[in-house]
Amino acid sequence: MAQGGLRSRKLVWGAAAAVLVGCSIWAVATMLGSSSGPITPGPSVTRRLTAEQYQNIIHDLFGSDIDLGGRIEPDLRVNGLLAVGASHVSITAAGMEQYDAMARAVAAQALDEYHRDMLLPCQPVSASDVDEECARAFLSKVGRLIYRRALTENQLEAYVTAAAEATRLTHSFHEGLALSLSGMLSSPSFLFREEVLEPDPQQPGLYRLDAYSRASQLSFFLWNSAPDSKLLSAAESGELHTRKGLARQVDRMMASPRLEAGIRAFFIDQLRFDEFETLAKDAALFPKFSAQVAEDAREQTLRTVIDVALTRNRDIREIYTTKKTFMTPALGAIYRVPVYKEGPNGSPDAWQPFEFPSSDSRGGILTQVAFTSLHSPAGRGSPTLRGKAVREIMLCQQVPAPPADVDFSSFEEGDAHAAATARERLNAHATVASCAGCHKIIDPIGFALEHFDGAGEYRLTEAGAPIDASGELDGITYEDAGGLGEAVYRNPAATSCLVDRLSARALGRTVTAGERNWVKDLKEAFADSGYRLPALMREIVMSETLYSASVPVDEPAQQVAAAAVESGVVEVQ
Amino acid sequence: MSKSFTRRTVLRGAMGGMAVSVGLPLLDCFLNENGTAMAADGAPLPVVFGSWFQNLGLNPGRWKPAQTGRNYENNLELKVLDPYRERMNIISGTQYFMDGRPLETHVSGVQIATMGSLPLGVNSDPSLDTTIADVIGDKTRFKSIEISLGAGRQSLSRRRGGAINPSEPSPAALYARLFGPEFKDPNDAQFTPDPHVLARRSVLSAIADERRDIMKRIGATDRTRLDEYFTAVRQIEQQLDIELQKPAPLASCRLPEAVTTDASGRNVAAVELNNKLFAALLAHALACGQTRVFNVNFGTQGLRTPGGVRDWHSLTHEEPIDPALGYQRDVTWFIEFATGTFAQFLRLLDGYREGDGSVLDRALVLWQTDHGYARTHTMDDLPILTIGGAGGRIRTGMHLVAAGDTSARVGLTVQQAMGVSLNSWGRLSNQTSKPIAEMLA
Repeated sequence: MAQGGLRSRKLVWGAAAAVLVGCSIWAVATMLGSSSGPITPGPSVTRRLTAEQYQNIIHDLFGSDIDLGGRIEPDLRVNGLLAVGASHVSITAAGMEQYDAMARAVAAQALDEYHRDMLLPCQPVSASDVDEECARAFLSKVGRLIYRRALTENQLEAYVTAAAEATRLTHSFHEGLALSLSGMLSSPSFLFREEVLEPDPQQPGLYRLDAYSRASQLSFFLWNSAPDSKLLSAAESGELHTRKGLARQVDRMMASPRLEAGIRAFFIDQLRFDEFETLAKDAALFPKFSAQVAEDAREQTLRTVIDVALTRNRDIREIYTTKKTFMTPALGAIYRVPVYKEGPNGSPDAWQPFEFPSSDSRGGILTQVAFTSLHSPAGRGSPTLRGKAVREIMLCQQVPAPPADVDFSSFEEGDAHAAATARERLNAHATVASCAGCHKIIDPIGFALEHFDGAGEYRLTEAGAPIDASGELDGITYEDAGGLGEAVYRNPAATSCLVDRLSARALGRTVTAGERNWVKDLKEAFADSGYRLPALMREIVMSETLYSASVPVDEPAQQVAAAAVESGVVEVQ
Repeated sequence: MSKSFTRRTVLRGAMGGMAVSVGLPLLDCFLNENGTAMAADGAPLPVVFGSWFQNLGLNPGRWKPAQTGRNYENNLELKVLDPYRERMNIISGTQYFMDGRPLETHVSGVQIATMGSLPLGVNSDPSLDTTIADVIGDKTRFKSIEISLGAGRQSLSRRRGGAINPSEPSPAALYARLFGPEFKDPNDAQFTPDPHVLARRSVLSAIADERRDIMKRIGATDRTRLDEYFTAVRQIEQQLDIELQKPAPLASCRLPEAVTTDASGRNVAAVELNNKLFAALLAHALACGQTRVFNVNFGTQGLRTPGGVRDWHSLTHEEPIDPALGYQRDVTWFIEFATGTFAQFLRLLDGYREGDGSVLDRALVLWQTDHGYARTHTMDDLPILTIGGAGGRIRTGMHLVAAGDTSARVGLTVQQAMGVSLNSWGRLSNQTSKPIAEMLA
């Protein structure tokens, strides 16, 4: 490793040494070996917490009834994932104002009279006076969880002092403490996930995440939240740096119900379900599509995915074909199936398992209201948007933007504008050579979903004309939506895409050329498992590649135009 | 950076019971002999910058005045701005240069208009409103206010390093932010520094203390991002410092009526209602010295009339040109709706009087769009407007032609007028060191 490379990254030698003292020797000598060939780790990244992670941590720490009462700066989607965009975003003044307000609201609730007894390890001498000892006990305990590592003596002292000063000003121990806590929640150590590196004793010249960063890497991937106290203890003791210790924590974390939060987070990101925040349908055209329907539709697809991936631990590709799903009364109206307010055993849960008959064209998440409505404009359906979404989201293929200088007159003058069905209108595009190339590979995917209107409701005709739902995906032809689901199921790009995105989510960036062999291994292992998602996740968290890093060079100018578009910096039409 | 409080001085002051009592001066002492509104120290009221971005352009042949120079007459699509004819400029003929980069429709134009360049790397250039806010916005509680009309939190205001100033889509939320409990009426006789604000100020310095350690550890790219974060923290500190000082009285400052409900969704009724609420709030915020920079993103994305199947953008491509009219009828309806909304916004700023002038008189509002003609995504003969004389810094009442020049000439002119010290702006073919001299007073 050239010394010059270290310029951009000074390592925390002190901290590293402290960790190494209690560190056991690696059980496995070669960490980055691979059946596909050598792996060179990529750069480490600093990620801003996503809105969801912020919320998860607050709820884990202080209780799920804490109201965040604010909005976090918008996340940024890069290479298809917010998890990758998190390594690109910062915080502006206007955003900081919101974080600051949210931190104060959260801290005030955490230390209000309903919550404080659960959280405070001590009683202050007086409710209106400074009690540094009690403040220190609280701040040190909670600070370790917020900073995701033990606070340094200086850091702790700064917060204890801040709490004391704030108590003197407000004449309230709890208010003073809350203000100091709000400072922690606005601190860079909380809002950004910095990866602290140390020299890798097993790989001279290479670096690895220190034990605390390793713990974060693990927990944000599996739980989409910060490490719990047990995981931090495993980091502190050095246990986490051993193969056995890592396996023990992975077993524990994968057995936890919180694994579901991690899987959900991945699919919310991967399926771009954050876009539901701005989804609206025209009430005049789609009177059944209420805000409740939108919320339930999103949840329905997530439940379907969790059911396949986790509850039943099936081949993940079944999400494209399964007839099993879940319904609420609100969804029943749009699916036109009866859903009773009470579950089969009189349970009050609004969610009920539901199975479409094998003859039904519904089956798999592509036919669900969430997908068909999300990828439609507010007033109609769109085979193009839906087809593009299948290519980009399910198959990780980039569809080029439409040409800028299309001459529309060739079909404006024809009768395309007045055509009844989308297929007829879009076929008009095929007469323009510069359009035809892309429309040919996206529209036939979307045509299969034409029986579902802009709100996802079943229809047989469009503007009085019968709908033809036949189409083709990469050489497989089909007659309807069910056939499309089968075609995606059988498309090797679908599983490959999942591995690419899941590994990118874990790393906070897309893999580098040096890490391709790792992804190749993951893909093989995924196939060997019969495409079981938990098996793939275990494979990822047990690979040392996830915890290794090269000394970073400055990022090349890449993906920025795309990043700007996806972020909503600029309006995408 | 304004006068900064150290943690110590602030606390000492507070411990000593820093309640300050100031007699309320007569309101008319803030007018000079001509009745022009003045700040308490006799200086003219500070200049204001605003941007208004409306995608999807206008119709060629329907917006450009036939005459150039001072004796121009507004063409059909800008007729609605007739009340401001003397106080606005129309700049025609400029273009966005792509320099061989692929044209991302509705994106590239926005980038060149706001940043003077297409982004290269995460460290894209800052948008011009932020360079202006750095100069004129650092004495107010809010450095800038970003608003979106029907576009979610989309914002075109970005600082170097990929940091986007998020937009506020809700007038009720903006009301709470501007005039909530932390607002200090500049004309209140009594001023007592809020102990909570003092306490927050001291807590923030605990965070700022972490800066050095973090900056030492992280790589250069991340350093830019963390730098942006610490700049944001400093701005909060500054905001608190301002809240801890007795604000200078502002004769024209009146409190707005509370905004508790607003409209959501992307439809013209919601845009119309929210626009009025936002404009009124902004006028009050400007008059009460809360901010000097605002950015409005007029969201065209998905904008439809109720029951309309196609949105504005789809219509630009799919609606045939009406043979009788010679233009797309429904698209033109949206264009007129958008310019009408802008006119309404100006009307509300202009209706807020300060002496014998209005809030609009000391403002410069820059109106830009992404394409000359959305139907074919043209990048030339762009309509650009400026409204307001910026307290005398901008000459107005002209139709100026800058045929074939980069649009960045306007961006450069506006930044120079606002006091940003730069001789040239933009990159590659969009770079220019030639402001539009006719506009500079």
